[in-house]
Amino acid sequence: MAAETPVEYIKHHLQNLTYGKLPEGYERADGAVLDESTWTFARTAAEASDMGFMAFHVDTLGWSIAMGVLFLGLFRFVATRATSGNPGRLQNFVEMVFEFVEGIVRDGFNGRNPLIAPLALTMFVWIFLMNSLKLIPVDYIPSIAHAMGLEYFKIVPTTDPNGTFGISIGVFLLIIFYSFKVKGAGGFLHELSFTPFNHWSLVPFNLFLELLVLIVKPISLALRLFGNMYAGEVVFILIAILPLWIQWTLSVPWAIFHILVVTLQAFIFTTLAVVYLSAAHEDHGTLT
Amino acid sequence: MNINLTLIGQSIAFAIFVWFCVKYVWPPITAAMSARQKKIADGLSAADRADRDLELAKEKASKEMRKAKEDAAALVDQANKRAAQIVEASKADARTEGEKLIEQARAEIQQERVQARDALRAEVAALAVAGAEKILETSVDAKAHSEMLDKLAAEL
Repeated sequence: MAAETPVEYIKHHLQNLTYGKLPEGYERADGAVLDESTWTFARTAAEASDMGFMAFHVDTLGWSIAMGVLFLGLFRFVATRATSGNPGRLQNFVEMVFEFVEGIVRDGFNGRNPLIAPLALTMFVWIFLMNSLKLIPVDYIPSIAHAMGLEYFKIVPTTDPNGTFGISIGVFLLIIFYSFKVKGAGGFLHELSFTPFNHWSLVPFNLFLELLVLIVKPISLALRLFGNMYAGEVVFILIAILPLWIQWTLSVPWAIFHILVVTLQAFIFTTLAVVYLSAAHEDHGTLT
Repeated sequence: MNINLTLIGQSIAFAIFVWFCVKYVWPPITAAMSARQKKIADGLSAADRADRDLELAKEKASKEMRKAKEDAAALVDQANKRAAQIVEASKADARTEGEKLIEQARAEIQQERVQARDALRAEVAALAVAGAEKILETSVDAKAHSEMLDKLAAEL
């Protein structure tokens, strides 16, 4: 990798390992032309983008699932031997996380829904773990992957918009579901049509505004997380280009700073999702 | 940075994780936590209760102690009084007994004096008679002079 120019190095590091479908007659990077449409790993960034929607980022999915399994495995392990007596260190730690998340839900959520607290816990810990992968030096895992013959490898799932949007779309669907469930279809439509201006002549305006607000919720959730993580990752990669003797003077403070960012972004994502879901549970009863 | 099927894969993974968390992770840990909370609350209230009980027991003990002291004091008082009474009574008894003895002794003395006087009188009368006989050299008819003798004896 030393032979690459800095731009190539950065681009290389920001490219996901993509497994997707290339169409029939596609000319691959090495000049070969496909006889029929094929599912394969992309060898260049151009190939990956030509795969269009029919592709998977194997690294994003793999690492996010690994982190999810790590989270659930650890917490399930504690849950099976949870005691109401004197807790061990691990249980104590898990309970601290629980109480932290319960605090978020208590402060942000006004309704009654047994799903919200575990949902918030999953989001918080999962996103925290995925973000934390960023603290692994940028070349370690890609180098290992490269040695195994994988051209591209990006380990932080939250620096992939697919990763963050995947979660925020889940939240969005829950917002829609609970809006309908709690307010009823009529109540939900009424809320969309008559807020913020409670007058019939402003219904189209209200509708436009409220739908926009509704759509923006998952987008802002996903983009905030993605943007922060992506920007941090780019800076890590930039630092990695610098000469070896100066790297640590920048990467160490940046990594320490990112301990905060990693936690903060997981916290913000969780808190906002909880607040949005709380709004979805609020029945204003303005039907007249 | 292409949007593709990863999105859907991620959403599915998210849904499965949330489901697992809701079903298998959240309930046992929160149950353990609230059970511990209850245990601690129970323990604290039990400690409070024990404190109160201790306070009550102390109060009761001191009350009993005070009562016992009072009882003991009363008993001692009573005993003292009784002892004084007994002493008084025995003093009175002794005095009456002594007086009785003195009385008796006095009566005996009196009696003996009377007897002695009578005996002396008789003897004196006999001596007088004998003296007179010697003087008169005749026997005095005791019968004829008994009146005189008795008068003499009564004068002694």
